[in-house]
Amino acid sequence: MQKIVRRALTTLLLIGIAFSSNPLKYAKPKLSDYGFFIGDIANQQPSENVLPYEVSAKLFSDYAIKSRFVVLPKGEQIIYQSNGEFAYPIGSTLIKSFYYPADIREPEKNIRLMETRLLINTNEGWIGYPYVWNKTQTEAFLEIAGERLDVSFINSQGNEESFNYSVPNFNQCKGCHVNQNKMKPIGTKARLLNHEYNYPDGSMNQLKKWSMLGMINNLPEISTISHTPNYNDPKDGTLEERARAWIDMNCAHCHRLGAPGETSGLFLNIEEKNKTRLGVYKPPVAAGRATGNLKYTISPGSPERSIMIQRMLSKDPGIMMPELGRKLVHKEGVELVSQWIKEMKKD
Amino acid sequence: MRYLIRILCLILISNLSADDIEKDLQTQFILAEPGDTIIIPEGLHNIIGTLSIDGKKNLIIRGFGMDKSILSFTDQAEGAQGISITNSSNITLQGFTVRDAKGDAIKTQYVDGIIFRAITTEWTGGPKPSNGAYGLYPVQCTNVLIEFCIANGASDAGIYVGQSKDIIVRNSKAFNNVAGIEIENSINAKVYENHSYNNTGGILVFDLPDLVQTKGDNIHIYQNLIENNNLNNFAPPGNIVGKVLPGTGVMILAANNVHIYENTIRNNKSVGTGIVSYFITEEPMTDNTYNPYTSDIHIYSNIFDRKVGLPTLDYEIGQLMAIKYGRTIPDIIYDGMQDPDISAGLCLQNNIESDFTNLDIEHNFENWYSPFISNFSEDKSNFKCISNHRISSNSY
Repeated sequence: MQKIVRRALTTLLLIGIAFSSNPLKYAKPKLSDYGFFIGDIANQQPSENVLPYEVSAKLFSDYAIKSRFVVLPKGEQIIYQSNGEFAYPIGSTLIKSFYYPADIREPEKNIRLMETRLLINTNEGWIGYPYVWNKTQTEAFLEIAGERLDVSFINSQGNEESFNYSVPNFNQCKGCHVNQNKMKPIGTKARLLNHEYNYPDGSMNQLKKWSMLGMINNLPEISTISHTPNYNDPKDGTLEERARAWIDMNCAHCHRLGAPGETSGLFLNIEEKNKTRLGVYKPPVAAGRATGNLKYTISPGSPERSIMIQRMLSKDPGIMMPELGRKLVHKEGVELVSQWIKEMKKD
Repeated sequence: MRYLIRILCLILISNLSADDIEKDLQTQFILAEPGDTIIIPEGLHNIIGTLSIDGKKNLIIRGFGMDKSILSFTDQAEGAQGISITNSSNITLQGFTVRDAKGDAIKTQYVDGIIFRAITTEWTGGPKPSNGAYGLYPVQCTNVLIEFCIANGASDAGIYVGQSKDIIVRNSKAFNNVAGIEIENSINAKVYENHSYNNTGGILVFDLPDLVQTKGDNIHIYQNLIENNNLNNFAPPGNIVGKVLPGTGVMILAANNVHIYENTIRNNKSVGTGIVSYFITEEPMTDNTYNPYTSDIHIYSNIFDRKVGLPTLDYEIGQLMAIKYGRTIPDIIYDGMQDPDISAGLCLQNNIESDFTNLDIEHNFENWYSPFISNFSEDKSNFKCISNHRISSNSY
């Protein structure tokens, strides 16, 4: 009952806010209000102008499966930037839904949708809005302060994982999506989209598809655009390339110049070449107990003596990395990055 | 219209049960408009995740006093801070306590104009390595004022100002931390009338390599009472602050243009005031823009006092001092590493009851840690201040 009252009040509040300068004025109270999906919205069947996409390297989100969609305003185009990033027209929306199947080994069965996050490009820049799905899976409601939900699923080893899933609040969206104090999409970079996707009408390179649909302007010859590997696929890159792809996707949204993790001097974006800035024999700056009594972020040859691995393995909020959006350990990620550090030559 | 929104907000909030104080505060932080005051109610409030403020202007977050409005993070399950404030300007935090955060208590980053007034950050289980790193933690901020605050139990620094500019820390207390107050890679800081006691080190001024703001400058530490900083160093190993000797009053590490004056520095058993280069950390250095030397350090008109007794024997330098000086350890210890490119090194003037030693590491080279062979110098004559430092009767 309390929830319903709260929701009604939130709706009223949003109507009020629509006339103020509050950034929430770009939000609608329910996911269905946007008309992104046809039929039962829980099936996430995209409307005509809504295109699904996939990124090659993914942020680990407690083994949640994510579906992604892009919507552009009619007749408008993305402008390709020389650094491989996209400049979206005002009114564009990126949609990302998080869900768990009852058994992760059967990913399309018995699905429970947790949340759908919207990233909307407004006159005031990108803004992120979290929508939380109700128990009956008929609707997702805007929850600006986030939400915590108990969830359990059967993992790839056949064991049950139960934990308290956390939907980020409005500020936390920006916590990751920030760059030079501006909010930005992370996943839709050319290098992360430069691979085949299985569309209903056949498989095609995503950049080619976007280009064919007239969604993107100035796209260079696709063969000249780099491809970030799918770190799960050993055939898609060398060990180093895949480890750097994992680190880029899971760490570099904060650990790059202009983002909150820069205070540490640890820069983990895929472009970084300087070994110290990447953590090799780099002492921590403000890690506190998160050092785990270790001296360096990366000790070449010794993942067990590398702070990076110790923080990837932790579930303690004062130690773990990333700081947000993770309650479980990404075993496959830990194995990959550990192997990379293990094979790294000592100087 | 704004009035209506406010009423709706209030209804929305009053509709929440007491357990929802976290969601309530977080909602207010998100919806706040310039000029708003957000009240932290009286009582002990259990908070599970980081409370965050982002992109706000002219806000006051106010409790009913540090003993009355307490945010407890004992059961924190999410987020690395108690409170996080980012990309904002003119934010005042006043009159509340942040207790037992799993990571840092209050971190503010990219904020222009941040006031911490009568805020307590504390870890209630006593000094422990499992406590969070920092209590009050402005980093990459400008116009920072910290006053009438209390910082207790941080496993790194109680009050830590890093990579910031235009800073005042005054009338505050720091105890049971590894570092009481630390100013790191920061510019234009005044630290005065504070009481820093029972920490491992009382007040630290550090410049570290590989950071975005590479260099500190113009740091004034004056009229502080810095005493009994003899706590065992409980920093988790791996942290630079773990190198601070238990029994340190003031430590200047690789910093530049630092003025330490009119302080009372007493009963810190190992080092009253230490002036050392980054070489002493024995850490690798790959940042070629970094200057590891101290330079332009002025130490004058301080009152030193020290009970006769052994320094810490847990650290090599402590053992070395004990062998060389027994139970009467010099108050001011300089590693002698003068920047070859800068003539202004260390100057000493009019310090009361102060003994000095120069480890002269450069010349003693490999032998400096062998007190029987190496030559330490107690001669102050090379370290006179060229300009006569005025003795002020009050702060400036």
